[in-house]
Amino acid sequence: MDFASAVERRLVSRRGGAVSSDRRDSQVTAAQPFVFQGCVHVCEAISHEARDARELLDHIKQVPAESIFCHTSVLLMHRTPQPDAYPNDFALWVDLELRDRRLTERLAAVDPFRLGSIESVRADLVSTLEHHLQQLSTPPPHAGEPFRFQQYHVVPVRTGHEARTLPEFRDALTDIDVSTLFFHIVDARYRLGRGRGDFAEWVDTALGRPELAERLSHIDPYAGTLERVRERHLIALNRALEEDGRA
Amino acid sequence: MNGIGPKLDDYRAVAPRGSVDFMLRIADRLRGRRIVQVTQSRYGGGVAEILNRIVPILNDLGIDTSWEVLIGSADFEAVVGAVGKGLAGVEQVVTEAMLARLHITCADNARRLPLEADLVITHDVGALLLVEGRSAGARWLWRYHGDLSSPQPQLWNALRPFVDKYDAAVFSAPKFAAPLGTRRYIIAPSIDPLSERNRDMPRSEQSRHLERLAVPADKPILLQVGAFERLQDPLGVINAYRLVKTHYDVRLVLAGPSPAANGVLSEVREAASHDPDIAVVVLHLDLQADLNALERAATIVLQKPLFTDFGADVAAAMWKGKPVIGSMAGAIPSQIVSKVTGYTVETVEGAAFRIRHLLGNPELIGRMGAAGREHVRRNFLITRHLGDYLALLAHLTCGQEDSRRGA
Repeated sequence: MDFASAVERRLVSRRGGAVSSDRRDSQVTAAQPFVFQGCVHVCEAISHEARDARELLDHIKQVPAESIFCHTSVLLMHRTPQPDAYPNDFALWVDLELRDRRLTERLAAVDPFRLGSIESVRADLVSTLEHHLQQLSTPPPHAGEPFRFQQYHVVPVRTGHEARTLPEFRDALTDIDVSTLFFHIVDARYRLGRGRGDFAEWVDTALGRPELAERLSHIDPYAGTLERVRERHLIALNRALEEDGRA
Repeated sequence: MNGIGPKLDDYRAVAPRGSVDFMLRIADRLRGRRIVQVTQSRYGGGVAEILNRIVPILNDLGIDTSWEVLIGSADFEAVVGAVGKGLAGVEQVVTEAMLARLHITCADNARRLPLEADLVITHDVGALLLVEGRSAGARWLWRYHGDLSSPQPQLWNALRPFVDKYDAAVFSAPKFAAPLGTRRYIIAPSIDPLSERNRDMPRSEQSRHLERLAVPADKPILLQVGAFERLQDPLGVINAYRLVKTHYDVRLVLAGPSPAANGVLSEVREAASHDPDIAVVVLHLDLQADLNALERAATIVLQKPLFTDFGADVAAAMWKGKPVIGSMAGAIPSQIVSKVTGYTVETVEGAAFRIRHLLGNPELIGRMGAAGREHVRRNFLITRHLGDYLALLAHLTCGQEDSRRGA
């Protein structure tokens, strides 16, 4: 969507929302409800295995985009209780199997939410590995357990939750399955290229709250588990509702 | 909970927030579809245990699911046992006559069983060759619950063409998946938090079980659960305990079902005979509840087999809030988050070191136990397993467009 279209859509949305200037923002009713969708993943093993950093590089160049997505994002759905665990499978494997701290940290720094597309992430991974291999004066170490590439098939599922106001949105966000956060934040921003994620987009365009949208869009999806991400959204939403109440 | 087994609603108290409602939503889009599951037996083992729970819940959700069992001659079970071991990489003599028995039995059952469905799921070796008689229309899945990463080559050459006739195979972990010409999906096994093995158990009931098993709870308990077989390395566990015992006053409990006559139990009893703080417990009658009580009484659980499949005993112990020290065998490392929910180790000495570390830092025991329970809640409960089945059913039987659009 270009900028003009976005502005137009926002204005239409605000008009459609029938906002009256004397009403507090939390009472704004959106013309289009936010429909919460969760998702389930089907995990598929694919025929690519790497035993060292060079093979990892070769396979990262070849595997389907869904596999890159899988190994750099789906971990968020199945995150271990270790809050400081590296955020993607490549970094975890290099740390555990190759015990190469330098490469681990560089791979962990590849940020899908800054790069914004799977192919950009693939390019960043390739560049990181190529640079690392160029610096090596000895053959790369072999892993005991190979890196086994997988890919995930995302199956969206409607949760039955809808919201037309900010309080309804906050309440629904409290109850929904955690995969809903994955779908509207991770899948939307990273795989589908919807820059700020669905929550921030709706809060801005349907409720006319750009500042709150800005706050939501800056919540780091890598900040621990998706439950933590949910908490941070709820904190931002509750703060906004409190401010409305004081206004 | 009613008397005939738990309903999906009964899992609300233990499953992750929102997940039961979400499951109902997934099922909405699949209502009316039909699944047939085929196994060799209806009793015994983790497969039967999970199907006993999952099949009724799928039917409650409106997904018509039946569970069919193969009928075979007296030697069929022995043939399946030998072929299963061969696929697990244990050298076996599997003759042409034995393979012919598999063919004949599956052909007979294919004529007898009602296999018209949207999705037919055959489990393990016994039902593998049913696919020869598959009808057009239905999707066929082969669910293999073991480790197929290093099968006996000649045997695998004979059987692999049948696996390739399926629309897909499902394995419990990526490392168990053999190269195939068909798609390979991964669904991890699960534990049922409402089963006799895993349900909440009051302290008074735990005490009754421990008393009956003659296991005093007067000092910290180290527990290993597993059959009395060499592959479970019970002697290695005793040696790890001995390294610990010089520093900490603990009790070791080795508990498992009544073994086949392999002599290992005698060796274990002999090794334990000079130490009153080693309890060798052979479980008979109330096996699941006894295990439940023992795991809840334990301070630290060890799971140190030399070879295993998925090793869901690890998840069962973590569900009771216990740190688990496990070997690198099977899928144990995929269940334990090392240094968070327990430790993975490669040696007897490594196990002893980690036990001592935990006993010397008791605050870690509670913290790791709590993290382990939460890890299991999110990843290894039957509700996640059910969701995976529903997802796969949706993926295989819905068009791609339908899949992307959502329900």
